[in-house]
Amino acid sequence: MGKTKKAKLYNPWAPWLFLAVPLLIYLVWVIGPMLYTFFLSLTKWDGLSAPSFIGIKNYRKLFDDPVFFISLKNNFVWIAFFITIPVILGLALAMALNRDIRGSKIFKALFYSPMVLSLVVCGLIWSWLYNPTQGLFNAVLEAVGLEHMAQGWLSDPTYALGSVITVAIWRQVGYVMILYLAGLQSVDPFLVEASLIDGANKWQSFVHVILPQLRPMTVVVVVISIIDSLRAFDLVSVMTRGGPYNRTSVLANFMYIESFNNYKMGYGAAISVILFMISLIFIIFYLRVVMQEEN
Amino acid sequence: MQSVRTNRHISKILIYVLLILGVVIWMIPFITSIMTSFRSNDEIMTYGFLSLPKTLKFDSFVAAWQRGNLKQYLPNSFIITVPSLVLTLFLSTLSAFALAKYKFKGRNVILGIFVGGMMLPFQILLLPVFRLTEAFGIYDSYWALIGIHTAFQLGFCTFVLRNYMVTIPDSVSEAARIDGCNDFTIYSKIIMPLVIPAMAAVATLEFTWIFNDYIWALILLRSEKLMPVTAGLAKLQGQYVMDWTVITAGALLAAIPTIIIFVALQRYFIQGLTMGSNK
Repeated sequence: MGKTKKAKLYNPWAPWLFLAVPLLIYLVWVIGPMLYTFFLSLTKWDGLSAPSFIGIKNYRKLFDDPVFFISLKNNFVWIAFFITIPVILGLALAMALNRDIRGSKIFKALFYSPMVLSLVVCGLIWSWLYNPTQGLFNAVLEAVGLEHMAQGWLSDPTYALGSVITVAIWRQVGYVMILYLAGLQSVDPFLVEASLIDGANKWQSFVHVILPQLRPMTVVVVVISIIDSLRAFDLVSVMTRGGPYNRTSVLANFMYIESFNNYKMGYGAAISVILFMISLIFIIFYLRVVMQEEN
Repeated sequence: MQSVRTNRHISKILIYVLLILGVVIWMIPFITSIMTSFRSNDEIMTYGFLSLPKTLKFDSFVAAWQRGNLKQYLPNSFIITVPSLVLTLFLSTLSAFALAKYKFKGRNVILGIFVGGMMLPFQILLLPVFRLTEAFGIYDSYWALIGIHTAFQLGFCTFVLRNYMVTIPDSVSEAARIDGCNDFTIYSKIIMPLVIPAMAAVATLEFTWIFNDYIWALILLRSEKLMPVTAGLAKLQGQYVMDWTVITAGALLAAIPTIIIFVALQRYFIQGLTMGSNK
């Protein structure tokens, strides 16, 4: 590339003129607020009067708050489910549908159709399925004579979190499938064929030839899944509001309730800083992958 | 040879059966909520979830639309989504162009800011943005939501559009420059027409994202008459605790716009999803 020639061709201010407005908006609405949250987390603030500085008191309180640890644990449970079940199912679907089988387009469309629904809609229609007295699950269990297994799916402390995560998984599988279908486009078919000719069976060729080539996409899928798990809010808010006994509380909901229901906004800010710190590990990891490809 | 072929045949049939089974399971929530919304609550109470519908009723849809006020919430969603979408797309073409077609100091840092920002857990923005909208005097107005959606989605749109613009050979813009085009003409007359397919993909995806937002509406709005359909539905849930037919009917009505977009623009939707992850 004629780097020096190009440099002379344009006004050095040109890129900044194009960047000015979008970058300003981004700094004011996204980057600035992000930094401001750090300050807020060191204050006591009820949302009405001015925030007053109290140092690291909020964080101290946080580490004494059992709800914080329950929420943190639930976020990690969410992550654990999210980077396994939808990834495996999505990959399996992508493998099954990545060939000319009849109706593959319809299969694909139906599997990822939940993606277009808002989480609020998903949460509501699933809440109905989970309904203890009239919902589908208990009705089916009773119909097949398993009424002893019928639950208050969202009100039972043992099952509530799993029931909520199930909805998230239902929505996520199609997304992972689409990503892997895109990833499979870049898998070299000759390598796969060569491995089969060399006597590998289908499973061996999948594990040793296809999977390694899908690795970059797997990184993307896993990072996206983790970030989505940490952002989880809507489903919990609509389905359980964190209950029963905080068993479905995640950091985002905990933060929302403390800030906007209890008006402990400094405390809420501290929760979101912790959430941010956990995300940051994965954001940096992702940025490094992206930027490495850049250079 | 014969057995290999029958084996292959069997495995193909097996995959097919599994796929059909999977799809049926995946569609259960849709099918059952459609069935529920066309029935009356009394009927379900009396005969149970698994009974066959006796009559076909639109009452629940009417109730959700009229008394549940979806007739107000759904238009609100469009009033918020469309300007946000147009603004964020337009602004991100500017930043994407700068980051794709120029080499300058700090370029990677700015790209990193956009990409990193798009992955933020937006909970970290809730409180300051709530404060910001108060300071701007736009709290509890459409503008508050249009502002945050436009700004927050800039990250993803800039990232994806920039990646797309990078694939346009520099010789195209250089030739135009030699012909005497200035920077803005190169952007508007040369690059923009080439980016339209990518913009269609991003727009489709962004429409559903902004339309489906719930948390920002919860934080930045107080007045019920301004609420988008997601927040409105959550209200409906509180209002009709005992009447699930109205809630599922409302949920289905709320889903119609994004389902239409999905069915009509499926190709773009998928492109958008994969474009965001390919690089």
